[in-house]
Amino acid sequence: MALGTGPGKAKNQSLVNARFVEFLTKSWSYLFLLGLVIFFSLTGTGFFSVRNFSSILTTSTLIMLMSIGQTYVVITAGIDLSIGWTVGLSSVTTARVMRDLAASGADVEFAMLAGVFGGLAVALIPGLVNGVLVARVKVPPFIATLGMFGIVRGVAFLLTDGQQVVRGLSAELREALRLIGNGSLLFYIPDHGLQWFSLPPDLPPQQLRFVSQLLPYPVLITALVVVIFAFILARTKFGRHTYVIGGSEEAARRSGINVDRHLIIIYVICGFTAGIAGVLHLFRFTAGAPQAGEAALLSSVAAVVIGGTNLFGGEGDIMGAVVGSLIIAVLQTGLVILNIDSIWQFIVVGVVIIIAVLVNQLQTALERLQSNV
Amino acid sequence: MSDPILTATGVSKHFGGLTAVDNVDFDVYPGEVVALLGDNGAGKSTLIKCISGVYRPESGRVEFNGRDITHHAPADIRSRGIETIYQDLALAENLDVGANVFLGKEVTRRLFGLLPVTDDGYMRQEAAGALDELDIHIPSLTQKLVNLSGGQRQAVAIARAMYWNAQLVIMDEPTAALGVPEQRKVLALIRSLREGNIPVILISHTMHDVMAVADRMVIMRRGRVVANIPRADATEELIVRHIVGSAENGENAVMI
Repeated sequence: MALGTGPGKAKNQSLVNARFVEFLTKSWSYLFLLGLVIFFSLTGTGFFSVRNFSSILTTSTLIMLMSIGQTYVVITAGIDLSIGWTVGLSSVTTARVMRDLAASGADVEFAMLAGVFGGLAVALIPGLVNGVLVARVKVPPFIATLGMFGIVRGVAFLLTDGQQVVRGLSAELREALRLIGNGSLLFYIPDHGLQWFSLPPDLPPQQLRFVSQLLPYPVLITALVVVIFAFILARTKFGRHTYVIGGSEEAARRSGINVDRHLIIIYVICGFTAGIAGVLHLFRFTAGAPQAGEAALLSSVAAVVIGGTNLFGGEGDIMGAVVGSLIIAVLQTGLVILNIDSIWQFIVVGVVIIIAVLVNQLQTALERLQSNV
Repeated sequence: MSDPILTATGVSKHFGGLTAVDNVDFDVYPGEVVALLGDNGAGKSTLIKCISGVYRPESGRVEFNGRDITHHAPADIRSRGIETIYQDLALAENLDVGANVFLGKEVTRRLFGLLPVTDDGYMRQEAAGALDELDIHIPSLTQKLVNLSGGQRQAVAIARAMYWNAQLVIMDEPTAALGVPEQRKVLALIRSLREGNIPVILISHTMHDVMAVADRMVIMRRGRVVANIPRADATEELIVRHIVGSAENGENAVMI
């Protein structure tokens, strides 16, 4: 008996179509990004430059880091609305720990290290609570993380005593933060060549604005996080179980996967990547700000969706989120360069999100058609 | 006849005041297909769940391969070789055949001798072997299950059970959601399980399926086993009479 060879040619034909649609849904965002870059390069002066690309990459790191954890959550058919404020919480905590330790006479290096550690650790707490609420108490992710949204927001502002930033970072500390947050592993200086680690002190100030950062530290750090979490999701057993839960929680449970524990870990990961974003935000802007990630939350969800991750779970990958984040960053920068009011960026991103969801639905509809053959 | 592989004796299960399964004896012999029949609420599903460990019977005893498995955890009973294939199949339709055969039991290898990664090639190959043994051909093993037909998915669920050495397969309404050609394929799969000497308990409302594959029909009504009929003696009429309860009263059945 040959089960499955059944309808024969027609079935094979539709499988080819399904493959094509799958290819399209997987790669349209890559093509769209490429198209945007070409468009802005042709129309915007100064867009096509190493300096600008490096700046776009640096801009994209905040959303990208948040979208990494968000991808894991969305693949399990959840959503984490709280990470915007987790970024702020982490930024503020890091700043306070650094400030207070430095003020009490500790080494700047030690204060910074402890601050980073504190900022990352505190970001795990909302993640853990979200995870427990979703996995064990069975609160819908939207509601659990919306509650956490308010709580984390409040705590972040309490930690700054209601101010917009953490006050009192010493000049020495700020300089040290800037070295990493605005630093680069490799510079390109015209008429001078490549330069590792830092700029030569005798560089004339008028040349400074022509210097390109080839490997900015925030980009390097983000790239490392991307590689690690992309690897875990795509290649490991943990990643596979994430997809299984997204595909069918019931199947996951029956196959012996500890679904509750897995979900909790995923929300903790989501808090963790938001924590990295918060720490990095502090290093870049040398100010611990509660609202550091506020605007980036929806962008991070947008990046995930644009990258082809299905909001109903079971599908998606980290590279999609990376491309989605880059699309948003390119739009932000490109529209500014074209001198178009930056408000248009919201409208364009909104349209792109809707296109992304439509493309995804097209695939789902086609798959449904297939399985009814 | 050889000894039964599964023996349930005096199994009872109550829900509040309702007696769902009432002092039931039920045996399954190696290599036979037993159809479990009855109206809705007759106690079929409850009995099955008492066997697979989902429910704990209040009295009675379930033995499998001569070992007492009463009150064992579902996972333990599964690992002893009783595999239940529910209507929803418990598959991850967003993943391919290999991933589904190895669901929750993924095989890993060391990348660069260091990082543990899922060995998708191996799992796909093993899954292909399991499907071959059941004489099932699926056009592409890298396809997600959502792109396969209902019968093919059913086949994947059975192949998974076989791969993990199921010694008794319980199927709950396996053809309910399928079109006619697909139903035929699933029935053929049940026959090939029997040829492999693996007994099947088949819960079904579809008289045609039951008459086509079952070696024996066990009919339940109001929590009790009311008839146990070998295929040779079974007629659709007789089965229906037992299901509706007119056979044991000696009345002339009012046929629907």
